[in-house]
Amino acid sequence: MTAVSPHIDTGQNVLTVSNLSLEFSNSAGVVRALDDVSFAVRKGEILSLVGESGCGKSVTAMSIMGLLPRHGARIVSGSVRLGEQELLGASERTMRRVRGDRIGMIFQDPMTSLNPVHTIGMQIAEVVRQHRGLSGAAARARALEMLELVRIPDARNRLGAYPHELSGGMRQRVMIAMALACDPELLIADEPTTALDVTVQAQVLDLIADLRQNLGMSVIFITHDLGVVSSTADRMMVMYAGRIVEEAPVEKLFARPSHGYTAGLLQSLPGTQTRHRDVLAEIPGSVPRLDKVVEGCAYAPRCSFATGACLDPLPPPRRIEPEHSARCIHSETVFETIRNTDIVRAWA
Amino acid sequence: MPDNSIADLRPRQGFQPSRLIGWVGREPMTASCVAVLLFFVLVAIFAPLIAGDPIALNPAERLTSSSESAIWGRDHLGRDVFARAVYGTRTSMLVGFSVAGLTTLFGVAIGIYAGMSRIGGAVIMRLNDAMMAIPAILLAIALASLMNAGVVTVIIAITLPEIPRMVRLVRSVVLGVREQPYVAAATSIGTSGLAMVWRHILPNTLGPVLVQATYACASAIIASAVLSFLGVGTSPEVPSWGGMMADARSYFRIHPELMAYPGALLSMLVLVVNILGDRLSDALDPRKTRRGSL
Amino acid sequence: MSSKPYLSLDKISKTYALGREKFGGPERFLQAVDQISLDVPRGETLGLVGESGCGKSSLARLIMQLERPSSGAIAFDGVDPAGLNATELKAARQRFQMIFQDPYASLNPRMRARAIIAEALVNFRKGNAEEINRRVEELAIQVGLSSFHLDRFPHELSGGQCQRIGIARAIALSPDLIVADEPVSALDVSIQAQILNLIVRLQEEMGLTLVFISHDLSVVSHVADRVAVMYLGRIVELGKTADLFGRPAHPYTRTLLTAVPRPMPSSRGKRSRISGELPSPLNPPSGCHFRTRCSFADARCAAEVPVLRVIGGAQQAACHHAEDIQATLNQDEIETDNA
Repeated sequence: MTAVSPHIDTGQNVLTVSNLSLEFSNSAGVVRALDDVSFAVRKGEILSLVGESGCGKSVTAMSIMGLLPRHGARIVSGSVRLGEQELLGASERTMRRVRGDRIGMIFQDPMTSLNPVHTIGMQIAEVVRQHRGLSGAAARARALEMLELVRIPDARNRLGAYPHELSGGMRQRVMIAMALACDPELLIADEPTTALDVTVQAQVLDLIADLRQNLGMSVIFITHDLGVVSSTADRMMVMYAGRIVEEAPVEKLFARPSHGYTAGLLQSLPGTQTRHRDVLAEIPGSVPRLDKVVEGCAYAPRCSFATGACLDPLPPPRRIEPEHSARCIHSETVFETIRNTDIVRAWA
Repeated sequence: MPDNSIADLRPRQGFQPSRLIGWVGREPMTASCVAVLLFFVLVAIFAPLIAGDPIALNPAERLTSSSESAIWGRDHLGRDVFARAVYGTRTSMLVGFSVAGLTTLFGVAIGIYAGMSRIGGAVIMRLNDAMMAIPAILLAIALASLMNAGVVTVIIAITLPEIPRMVRLVRSVVLGVREQPYVAAATSIGTSGLAMVWRHILPNTLGPVLVQATYACASAIIASAVLSFLGVGTSPEVPSWGGMMADARSYFRIHPELMAYPGALLSMLVLVVNILGDRLSDALDPRKTRRGSL
Repeated sequence: MSSKPYLSLDKISKTYALGREKFGGPERFLQAVDQISLDVPRGETLGLVGESGCGKSSLARLIMQLERPSSGAIAFDGVDPAGLNATELKAARQRFQMIFQDPYASLNPRMRARAIIAEALVNFRKGNAEEINRRVEELAIQVGLSSFHLDRFPHELSGGQCQRIGIARAIALSPDLIVADEPVSALDVSIQAQILNLIVRLQEEMGLTLVFISHDLSVVSHVADRVAVMYLGRIVELGKTADLFGRPAHPYTRTLLTAVPRPMPSSRGKRSRISGELPSPLNPPSGCHFRTRCSFADARCAAEVPVLRVIGGAQQAACHHAEDIQATLNQDEIETDNA
């Protein structure tokens, strides 16, 4: 099987999330946003969380960062451990020290995350000053170093630039510089390239991959784009309706999709396996709303493999092969059906 | 015929009693404000049933405190303070709602025109700026003193300076709505002119407009009190809260309650209207109401 | 396909005046669309590809007569709408319709689905209330909605359902041409295939001419017969889908193709080696707009604007070095499963 990327230290988990369940309540009722989510991020790896809107991938990131709304969000169970430190239920003061220092985060829209009235140099320097207590001059030097690290051309002059003077791609680089200014162990990237043009996206993806390699940090990369996952990530987790439905190293998952949802996604991608203008395999229905607790497989109503047994309470994840698991009772049937499609054959 | 189906295009949202009950449970603050406002409305309507004669003079009992015949006492001319306060509600409500209604009517009409027409809009907005350069209360005083004293005069005097504010708001909202893709979509299926305004522009402008209308209502209630207080509002014998407070000024040290009763009612009404205005903006956004069930 | 084009663009340009950045500074202009000529035969699907600011959405608005071009002429079946009066233009609008990117923003939030779809029919008096209602129900079935959905407001429906309403509205008047501006890019991945299938099916059933705009190359390669690639207001390459994706002649097309990460093993850990930023459309480079990011650029590219010229067969490119580039094309670099 494929070798693990050389940057990854398999023996050491940077972050461990166990049995995390989370509910949101509002006037419309209670929504189970995360249901028994467990995973670990290894040192130096890029782990991708893949899924559609409302699948829980961003909520997972927010609960790690302690950024859930104070009212309305309730953690039902679980734990989030950064190294030895428990983050769930930690005080706001502790979390403020963790955020930006040990975990950095970048978002989809870099404009809304940057303060429009301060120069980017000052904003990066501020992060270092707060967490590292560096003096003004040292913090500025660090800001310059960071801008060079994220390959912003003419970095010295850009220190004095305001966010609106930069392009979208440059702003995202500045966000990455800010997130990495304190050498975090973990970078959480929530759809960092979704708002960018494809050529700029390619540059930012390259940058993230290179930084991982050079700095040895771990990355949680949240995206809905399977193409981005396959070009960037070491391991991936597919999420659906608040649950992890399949998890494996990228090569293994594409070579042996074992959940009805993963298979459905791969088959419905235009331009990968179908011939020109052929009818694409559709996933019927729409993304569920989560306001009803589903005992069985949440994807069953849309799944072409579903049987009555899929509505029974969900069994624990099934081991498909080492490091590859799927929460699907029909995983063999799924794979047998999809194994001859172009995309799966290409990876096999 | 086609008229029928055009009517069918009008945006609407059905009323459901169960929704109302659920809403009271979720928004107790808003619900109690609605209740207080309703109470004021009822008092204004049924004033003759609640209180005695607010104009009758009773010089023998001037400046007396609470009694059988006048539970809030009598003023410096021996008039029943409770009766005057109750009838004063009428004046305040009448002025408040009329000003809000007229401001909305004219403000929306002018504002939508200003937002839809480029040249007309530019002319109107410059006139608007000129109007807004005059302090509203001075303009109102000037207008009120030029015309005959009376409620209609007060309403006109307060409405006129209020309209430019509404026009400016409506125009800016319309300019935003016009850029919405659904307006481009409507254009490409042949919707234009009044149909465009009626189906697409107006319904999506109304939210912020109604909020502004409540503020206009509240400020009109205060402005009418100010005009009465300054002696340029309604004629002195017509009971109004502002007039009562003006009369009470001379006796404030010995009979502060003469000032307190109308003052408290005025504050309460204005507060309630303002809170409702705040809540209205959320309630009117269709995207923020409860999602339909599956 | 008949030989006479249904939609014909003749050197159309659109310039927006943006005012002055600073008081007393120079007036700034944005050349959103720069001398674009294009013929779309009846029944064809033309894909329009490009990054933000390339002018593809401006072009859509020009075709849809939502804006007037600054210069040049547009013709539908030989008729230029610029010569029509308001009434005639309104009547002509029945022939071309649009599908929008944002499924929610393109529907009036205060109208129910039924009224949204009916509006076009009401505008053109397509029968009485009962007939219109029946037609709306038919349209709903055609796009995969039920009467349950028809009585909902947009915010009560999912993005995919809203996009179906938008499509029903677009086909209500049985148009000849549909401009679809990024119709699936705001939708969830699992919904995109549904909507793409629907658009392709309706096109075939109704014999529509389709202008399909997208930044997503895999979507365009799936749908389009021919593809036009735009960069900063100009068409830089135009050709049959298989030719253009298989043997791109313009360096920008090549850049785009290598930049898109595809879920294929070949893209694993690949570095794209794309240099430079998209230049500001307010101040594009002289000559060839792409030269600042192009490894083939030389002095001629800065001095002389390359015109769109035939490279081979039906393929056209606006590049001075197109032949050399096609010759040096390394087949490994580009996925050829579309060819």
